[in-house]
Amino acid sequence: MSSAMKMYGKHRFPGRLFIVEGIDGSGKSTQLSLLHKWLESEGYVASFSEWNSSPLVQDVTRRGKKKKMLTPMTFSLIHATDFADRTEHDIIPPLKAGAVVLADRYIYTAFARDVVRGVHPEWVRGLYGFAVKPTVAFYFRTPLDIAMKRILGGRDAIKYYEAGMDLHLSEDDDIEENFRIFQGRIVEQYEKMIDEFGLVVIDATLSIEEQQAQMRQIVTEALTGTKKTRIRRWLDLASLQKGSRA
Amino acid sequence: MARFSFFAEGLPGIDLEELKGKLIVLEGTDGVGRSTHITLLKQWLENNGHAVLDTGMTRSALAGKRLRQAKEGHTLGGVTMSLFYTTDFADRLENEMIPALRAGFIVLTDRYIYSLMARAIVRGADPEWIKDVYGFALKPDAIFYLRVKIDDLITRVIQSTGFDYWESGMDLHLGEDMYDSFVEYQSRLLTQFDKMVEGYGFEVIDASGSIEDVFDDLKNRVSRALKDNREIAPRGTKN
Repeated sequence: MSSAMKMYGKHRFPGRLFIVEGIDGSGKSTQLSLLHKWLESEGYVASFSEWNSSPLVQDVTRRGKKKKMLTPMTFSLIHATDFADRTEHDIIPPLKAGAVVLADRYIYTAFARDVVRGVHPEWVRGLYGFAVKPTVAFYFRTPLDIAMKRILGGRDAIKYYEAGMDLHLSEDDDIEENFRIFQGRIVEQYEKMIDEFGLVVIDATLSIEEQQAQMRQIVTEALTGTKKTRIRRWLDLASLQKGSRA
Repeated sequence: MARFSFFAEGLPGIDLEELKGKLIVLEGTDGVGRSTHITLLKQWLENNGHAVLDTGMTRSALAGKRLRQAKEGHTLGGVTMSLFYTTDFADRLENEMIPALRAGFIVLTDRYIYSLMARAIVRGADPEWIKDVYGFALKPDAIFYLRVKIDDLITRVIQSTGFDYWESGMDLHLGEDMYDSFVEYQSRLLTQFDKMVEGYGFEVIDASGSIEDVFDDLKNRVSRALKDNREIAPRGTKN
């Protein structure tokens, strides 16, 4: 297990890990879901893991957020715990099995949000030292105004921590204004991380089709030259009975 | 200058100048009598007019309950468990210990980052990694390490609660049964504690004697720690 603890660096698992990052409203989840469907249609075994979704810690996070109990430090640590659980259950085992793992948000989300909340940048990078380095990390770059329009138009209400309301960034705690300032600071962090972590930038103002074509091209390259990532559908009984081999 | 300092980068938004109380840690493996001595010390200190806050693992308002439940399920991976404990610790540090120190309390804590680091390392964590994770913790005023040999520990455990799944490190599959596993797991923990004595400035207390003897020893040492107003920087720790 000690190797699992000192992970960040090129992993030696046969699988591939593709992750998407970007602010809310950047369209990254739509793109990842299109990629997922395409990979499956191509015959790959693909599994999906989402930020803040571990059943183990979810209710702690939910309760902590609802009751506004979280400080920058516990906010950071509870998300790291969630991520650790998913790394140990949902990310490493499929990678070992040679599958393609897709993650909606990854460690860079924590680096951006926690640093904006005042957590030390080096400390939070160290905290996630156990993470598997993605094969490709896509960053969906979006002008703030476009992302804001998508968020404000699409959902009922922005949530407290999502808007960074715990930081009291706007005068008289205006939630929309606070959200805009918070997201703007997160974008600054993402921009700094492009070179630091070699994030692959996708222009999220392009059409959905164009963005997806770019992603598929990059993913295809990352999948070729690897053995046995492509798994035949193995319960094609009809063809077996006929004795034909597709 | 502030009496307190952090091990490394520290917590955001805390003014160390405001912290007036004393932070006293009792450490040691399972079954050495830490909680008994915390209870006795608290009573004694309160009788002497001190305000005391006692705290210990998995007691945080944020994560304590869920952490205890998760342990029952035995599904926690090594890294996840270490970080869940860290979350519980951070919540108690920020919301219990620091406010109490600000108000001039003596904070008595049953275990601190040292137990958490020892457990994480025994479960395969990189020692440097877990040490850096706990860089946000406050350096205590005194760390009393209640030490017994593994043989004494076994006798005590058999006489009290018996072997427990986690105290035997059963998740690590170290031995054929709980006894073998307990011996191996607790020995590994002892090794980790012993390694920390120098670097973190533990005061080692031989806990194999009677409760009365150990408590007398502890009282003397706590009195000394309370008189001592200089900033206590454990030897050899970085920053």
